[in-house]
Amino acid sequence: MSLIDRLLNIPRFVIFILIGLAVFIPLLFKFLLPLKVLKPVKDVYDFIESLPEGTPVILSFDYSPDVLPECYPMSLVLAKHLARKKLRIYIMTLYPAGAGFALDVYNKILKEFNLVERKDIVFVGYFPSIAATILGIGEDIKNVFKSDYFGVPFDEIEAFKGVKNYEDIKLIITISGAAIPESWMVYANGRYNANVAAGVTAVMAAQLYPYYRSRQFIGLIGGMRGAAEYEKLLAAHNLATKGMNSISLANFVMVLLVILGNISYFLKRRRRK
Amino acid sequence: MGIDFAKLPVFFSVLIYVFFLLYYISRARKGEKLFLRKIPGIEAVDEAIGRATEMGRPILYVPGLSTIDDVATIASLNILSRVSKKSGEYETDIIVPNRNPVVYTVAKEVVKQAYASIGRPDLFKEDSIFYITDSQFGYAAAVCGLMVREKTSTNFFMGMFWAESLLLAETGASTGAIQIAGTDAITQLPFFVTACDYTLIGEEFYAASAYLSGEPILVSTIRSQDAMKFLIGFLILIGGFLSFIGRENLLEFLFPK
Amino acid sequence: MKKEIPIFIVFFIGTIGFLQYFIVGPLSKSVYTLLLEWFQGVQGMAIIMAVISLTRRHFHNLKRGKNVFYSFVTLVSLYGMIILGVFFGIGKGSTFDKIYEYVMVPLNATTFSLLAFYMASASYRAFRARNLESTLLLLSAFILMIGFTSFGDIISDKLPSLAQWILDVPNLAAQRGITLGIALGILATSLKIMLGIERSWLE
Repeated sequence: MSLIDRLLNIPRFVIFILIGLAVFIPLLFKFLLPLKVLKPVKDVYDFIESLPEGTPVILSFDYSPDVLPECYPMSLVLAKHLARKKLRIYIMTLYPAGAGFALDVYNKILKEFNLVERKDIVFVGYFPSIAATILGIGEDIKNVFKSDYFGVPFDEIEAFKGVKNYEDIKLIITISGAAIPESWMVYANGRYNANVAAGVTAVMAAQLYPYYRSRQFIGLIGGMRGAAEYEKLLAAHNLATKGMNSISLANFVMVLLVILGNISYFLKRRRRK
Repeated sequence: MGIDFAKLPVFFSVLIYVFFLLYYISRARKGEKLFLRKIPGIEAVDEAIGRATEMGRPILYVPGLSTIDDVATIASLNILSRVSKKSGEYETDIIVPNRNPVVYTVAKEVVKQAYASIGRPDLFKEDSIFYITDSQFGYAAAVCGLMVREKTSTNFFMGMFWAESLLLAETGASTGAIQIAGTDAITQLPFFVTACDYTLIGEEFYAASAYLSGEPILVSTIRSQDAMKFLIGFLILIGGFLSFIGRENLLEFLFPK
Repeated sequence: MKKEIPIFIVFFIGTIGFLQYFIVGPLSKSVYTLLLEWFQGVQGMAIIMAVISLTRRHFHNLKRGKNVFYSFVTLVSLYGMIILGVFFGIGKGSTFDKIYEYVMVPLNATTFSLLAFYMASASYRAFRARNLESTLLLLSAFILMIGFTSFGDIISDKLPSLAQWILDVPNLAAQRGITLGIALGILATSLKIMLGIERSWLE
C-alpha cells in the first residue's frame, strides 16, 4: 500500500485516538483561547440586563443526562446571571431526569449568592405534561405551581406574590437537547406572546435558528460555544470555556484530517490521469 | 367555546389542500398516468433487499425513535409494510428493533399483515420485531450491537431521529452494509447524507410509501403536494415582492385606505 | 368490515383532533385531555407487551445459546431494577436511584460522547472535493468547523461572523424549503390515512 493509499484510508482507530487526545489534552491545562461573542448569545445577555431587579423569570431545565456536558454549563452560567441581576428565579423542569440537575444548580446558586429560598428563588419541580403546563402558566401560575419541590404550598411562597401569568413573567429560558424549546415557542410565545430564550445543544441550534431570526426566540445559546461566550460576557470562565478549548482542538484535528484526505485524493486522481 | 380566528388561515390552507388531493385522485381514477421523477433512494430499495438475499443476511429496519403520534413514525410504518412485503417475496429475514412500546405493537402487526398479504404468513417470526428500551442511547447502543453481531447487509433508518443518527449510520457503514435513510429531522439529515448510501430528504421520505406502492391513486397524492407547493411558492414570491416595495400587508396593498 | 372499522375510528378521532385545534374553550380542552389520557392508557398496556417481547427474545437467546452474555446482562438488569424499585423504593438515595445516577447516567453520556469520534471518521471519509457540490459542502464545513471554534477567532475575527452568516442565510433558506416540503408531507400523510387512501398499515 502506497503512502497516498494509506492517507486515503486512515483506520478508524487512529482517527479515534487522535480525537481522544485532542479532547483530553486541553482539559489538563488552564488557558484561555480568544472567543468572539456572537449576536444570538449577546441578545439573551442584553435582555436579562434590561430587566429591572425583582422581575420574575423562569429557568426550565428540559434536558436528560446524556446532554449534560453541553447543557449543564449553560444552565449554571445563566442561573448565575439571573441571580447576579437579582431577578426572581423560578426553576422548573419538563423532563423527568431534569429535576436532579435543577436541584443541583438551585443549591449552588442559593449558596453562592446568599439568596433567600422561596423569596429570591423557588424550585417548583417537574411537570409531566409539556403543553398543558406551558399553557397553564399562561392562564394562572397558581393552577400549575401548586407548591414548590419541597412541598411548601403556593400561598406561602413569597416569590409568587403579585405574579399571575406570562404578563408578569418577563422571560422564559429553556435549556434542552430535545424539542421542548419548540413547545415553549409555540405555546408560550405563540399564544401568550411571552419572551422565550433557548439554550440548546449545538446540533439542535441549527434547527432553531429560523425561529431566532423570526424573533420567536429572543436569543439563542448554542452548545458549548454559546455557553463559553456567555461565560465570557459574565467574566466567569468555568466549565464551558474549558470544554471549548477541547472542542476547538478536536475540530482543528478534524479539519487537518479532512485536508489530508483531500490532498491524497487529488494526488491519487492526478496519478491515475 | 369559540373559534380561534388566528388559526383560520391554517384551516383554509388544509381545505385548499384537500381540494388538490381530491382533484388529482379523480384524475388518477380516470386512468391518467402522472409522471414522477425518479428518487434514487427509493429506487435502491429493491436492490438493497436483493443484496441481503444474495448474501443470506438479514435486513435491519429502524422505525425511528419517536412515538406513534409522530407522523414521521406513521410514514415509517407505511414504508415498513412495503419493505416487509418485498423481503417476504425474497424470503429474507427482517429485524425491527423498537424504542417505543406502542410503535413496537403496531410494527409487529404491520409486518405480520404484510407477510399475510403476500400469502406467506409462515415467514413471520415474532422474535424479529421486538422492543429494546425507552432510553435513547441505550437503544442506539443496542442497535449498533445488533448490526455488528447479526451482520445485517441492508439497514433502513426511516422515521424520526435525534443525536443517535450518526452513531447508527456510522456503525452501519463500518460493517459494510448498504444503508438507506429517510427522515424529516432536519438536523440529522447531514449525518445520514454523510454516512448512508441513500437518504430520503423530508418530503421524499413522506412520498416513499406511495412511490413504492406504485398505485396510481397514492402516486396522485404526491402531485397534490406539488400543486400546493407551487401555490405556497407563488404566495412567497408575492410576499417577497410586496416586502421589497415596502408593503407588508397584501390586503392593504389591494385595498389602500 | 375488518378494514372499514379501523378506518372509521381513524377518521372519527382524526377529525375530532383536527377540529379541536381550531376551537378554544373548556370543552375543546377537555376533549384534548381525554384523548391524551386514552393515549397514556394505551401506552401503559403496550409497555407490558413490550416487556414480554424483550423477555421472550432474550430468553430464547439463552435457550439457543446465542449471544448468551448480552441476553443474560439484559434480563438481569431489567428484572433486577424492577425488583429494586418495587421492593426497596426509588426515592433519593435508594439503590435504584444510585444505579440510575452512577450507571445509567454515565453510560448514556458515554454513548452520546462517541458522537465526537464518529463525526471525525464520517467527515474524514465523506468530505472529499469530488465535484462542485461536494466542494461547496467541504468549504462550508471548513468555515463552520473552524469559525465556531477559538481557532476561527485567532485566524480572523471575521471568520465567526462568516460562519454565522452561513447558518443564517444559505442554511436557513435550504432549511425553510425542506421544512415546507416536510409540512406538506405531514399534511398529506395525515389526510391519506384519515381518508383511508393509504391502507398499507392494514394490508
